[in-house]
Amino acid sequence: MTYFPEEVVEHIFSFLPSHSDRNTVSLVCKVWYEIERLSRRSVFVGNCYAVRPEQVVRRFPNVRALTVKGKPHFADFNLVPPDWGGYAGPWIEAAARSCVGLEELRMKRMVVSDESLELLARSFPRFKALVLISCEGFSTEGLADIASHCNVNLNLNCFGACLVDSRTLPQLRHLRELDLQENDVEDRGPRWLSSFPDSCTSLVSLNFACIKGEVDSASLERLVAKSPNLRSLRLNRAVSVDTLSKILLRTPNLEDLGTGNLTEEFQTESYLRLTNALEKCKMLRSLSGFWDASPACVPFIYPLCHQLTGLNLSYTPTLEYSDLTKMISRCVKLQRLWVLDCISDKGLQVVASSCKDLQELRVFPSDFYVAGYSAVTEEGLVAISSGCRKLTSLLYFCHQMTNEALLTIAKNCPNFIRFRLCILEPRKPDATTNQPLDEGFGAIVRECKGLRRLSISGLLTDKVFMYIGKYAKQLEMLSIAFAGDSDEGMMHIMNGCKNLRKLEIRDSPFGDGALLGNVAKYETMRSLWMSSCNVTLKGCEILASKMPMLNVEIMNELDGSCEMEENSVDPSRVEKLYVYRTTAGARDDAPNFVKIL
Amino acid sequence: MAGLGFEETELRLGLPGGNDAEEATRSSGKRAFEETIDLKLKLEQPACPTENEEDEEAAAADVIPAAANSLSSPAASVATGGGNMKRSPSQSSVVTAELPDPEKPRAPKYVLLHLLCMPLLHRVMLKHAVGWPPVRSFRKNIQSSQKGAGAGAAALVKVSMDGAPYLRKVDLRMYGSYHDLSKALEKMFSSFTIAGSCGSQGMKGMNETKLADLLSGSEYVPTYEDKDGDWMLVGDVPWEMFVESCKRLRLMKGSEAVGLGHSEGDGEMQEQMLRNAYLHASGISCKDTALLFYVS
Repeated sequence: MTYFPEEVVEHIFSFLPSHSDRNTVSLVCKVWYEIERLSRRSVFVGNCYAVRPEQVVRRFPNVRALTVKGKPHFADFNLVPPDWGGYAGPWIEAAARSCVGLEELRMKRMVVSDESLELLARSFPRFKALVLISCEGFSTEGLADIASHCNVNLNLNCFGACLVDSRTLPQLRHLRELDLQENDVEDRGPRWLSSFPDSCTSLVSLNFACIKGEVDSASLERLVAKSPNLRSLRLNRAVSVDTLSKILLRTPNLEDLGTGNLTEEFQTESYLRLTNALEKCKMLRSLSGFWDASPACVPFIYPLCHQLTGLNLSYTPTLEYSDLTKMISRCVKLQRLWVLDCISDKGLQVVASSCKDLQELRVFPSDFYVAGYSAVTEEGLVAISSGCRKLTSLLYFCHQMTNEALLTIAKNCPNFIRFRLCILEPRKPDATTNQPLDEGFGAIVRECKGLRRLSISGLLTDKVFMYIGKYAKQLEMLSIAFAGDSDEGMMHIMNGCKNLRKLEIRDSPFGDGALLGNVAKYETMRSLWMSSCNVTLKGCEILASKMPMLNVEIMNELDGSCEMEENSVDPSRVEKLYVYRTTAGARDDAPNFVKIL
Repeated sequence: MAGLGFEETELRLGLPGGNDAEEATRSSGKRAFEETIDLKLKLEQPACPTENEEDEEAAAADVIPAAANSLSSPAASVATGGGNMKRSPSQSSVVTAELPDPEKPRAPKYVLLHLLCMPLLHRVMLKHAVGWPPVRSFRKNIQSSQKGAGAGAAALVKVSMDGAPYLRKVDLRMYGSYHDLSKALEKMFSSFTIAGSCGSQGMKGMNETKLADLLSGSEYVPTYEDKDGDWMLVGDVPWEMFVESCKRLRLMKGSEAVGLGHSEGDGEMQEQMLRNAYLHASGISCKDTALLFYVS
């Protein structure tokens, strides 16, 4: 193949679906390396500290879409102290210098400053899409810059806790997509909506579900009226039923809807209008929102149910078992369902008998602060598994589980790709036998040969890790909490799980022996997180000295949640450890509570 | 125990399948909840860092026998078991490591607590570990703001009266008793009752049973839908409990309510009547109701 002209080789490479495939071909020979790097359009950086931004942009100068991830996953649960790092600045600066053709930037769990956004806005004339997931550190000023400078189609998705001032959004002239999901938005009034210029007719997706304040209905209606391409619309709690009805009349091609407020007094007329409007949306497949929904509104959604493939009711504690099941039993084509545990086991039985195409189920806890109680148990999940054989992705918070149930679930649904089970009370044993749940999870990994992501909970000994190491050959990400007896447990994982990329552990008795038992493994993984385990400073130092291509970060700050009156018995015990492979060496932006060995 | 006056409060250690065999076979949510309580008896442990849950569990395992003597002095019980308390998480295997050996006493799983203790323990439950359960802050914030709006705030429920052209809404928290509520309802719906018989009679000395009697005398029976979706007669449970569980009120026409709450009622007829009530209140078709009754 080296005798083909470059263009041909490049064209062949363009058929390679994944980053890893392209990475592989670039290793074949120098020629291929060059062809590949110059033709690479999309680069994914799973850990922003694994490689220097300059290195990336130098190697791939023609990249169009860049994705960068920052903080470790446990940052979602406040385990990573603030100011830890993950700054977007260096990436945007490097790209601004070397990749002026950049069109799309996606960032997750990173800190993005206004200055960076302003630089972004100025530097890339063809910029189209900005996706920020669980990011923070910027405000409206930054978004205003994006808006005012970007005069081509712009995708703006913001997920997670970032500070967005509603005043900035207005100036986005040619916006295609503005998606603000799960943000902490500082609301400065309803005027932002009316600031969309008349020329902005390209809106495809608009999601402002997280904006807390009032919204000017007239502006919203006008905006929707001039956006014929609108496919996805997610409103916030302030939007009334009447406004929603009026909007829906203008969006016959809508595929994804997040409702506004559905708690209004039972005004039949309003709701009848809503039903009429909903019935016109033949393309509507996905429904979410239901903020503060009252049970009385549920029947008015019925006409829509038969066509839905996605339903998110997880922000609605006001709907209980009977209301939920009335709706869900009609959703026969449902593939994705997110609910709260108030659906109860009974409700899950209804789901199991109605939603035969279900692929993804998430059941969230409705009460976080009373440890160990929820309305769903293993029975609900067993029912789901026997009714929904196509299930591949699960996130299930419950208050008890049994080995027998897990065995049944594994047999019923061997196609799990993601299996995350969270028993609310840490270290809770099998509810009927009081045994550890080793056998149950063992069955899951044994039967589900394609399992890529696993989170375990409940009472677990080293045995479960033996099973995971033995059977979970495709496993890429493993989350462990309050589990195991000894270093042997972790060793099973390190030695057995060939495809492991991310390992995150909290509150488990693994120490230096496990940390150092297979140091070569860390080179094949993206990262390891260990908090409240038994590793010591000495162990970490040894690791750092043995493996110079790893960054071994130690965090020992005493945050408010620790409340330790006195230090632990072993003063050299490391509270939080984050290990990752890197070609960039020790980072220079670490705060003083982070020690890099 | 005696000092606390809770005869049913009982702390005991037991082997699996031992004197708690029946408990081991029950798998109701309530039992599981009691199991949850057992390890959380260590209410305040100033001598022990509260950082790790496993510390508390290990401590609890040691102190339960001591605590059996005194629920209300956890400090004393800590002192007894203090020598065994470890701080590092590896010692959590105090609980787990003993599993293979059935002879040794297991970690306390069979602790019973009087139901009245539970609400109290809700509040003093062990300080939950940081970042547990693993739910994103956004979701936690949303739900705590929703709860904040709900709990302690108005308990607004719709009130329908059969035959009335529109419904009303009342805030149950505005009233302290069934008596107060009935007065308010009387005011609201007096214009609809036949010959205003309700209003003219006065409501002095009203109590739970009298309300039912009176309203049934005027052909209306007060019923309510509770959290489980069942239609209940107003007045059976203590007021507080009623407020917590009432989702909506319906003043049912007496003719439909024959048998409801009365000893001569026929079970089947009650069920049918309840179904009618449910249908009427929810405006859904018979088929849907049938499905619901089938699956519940």
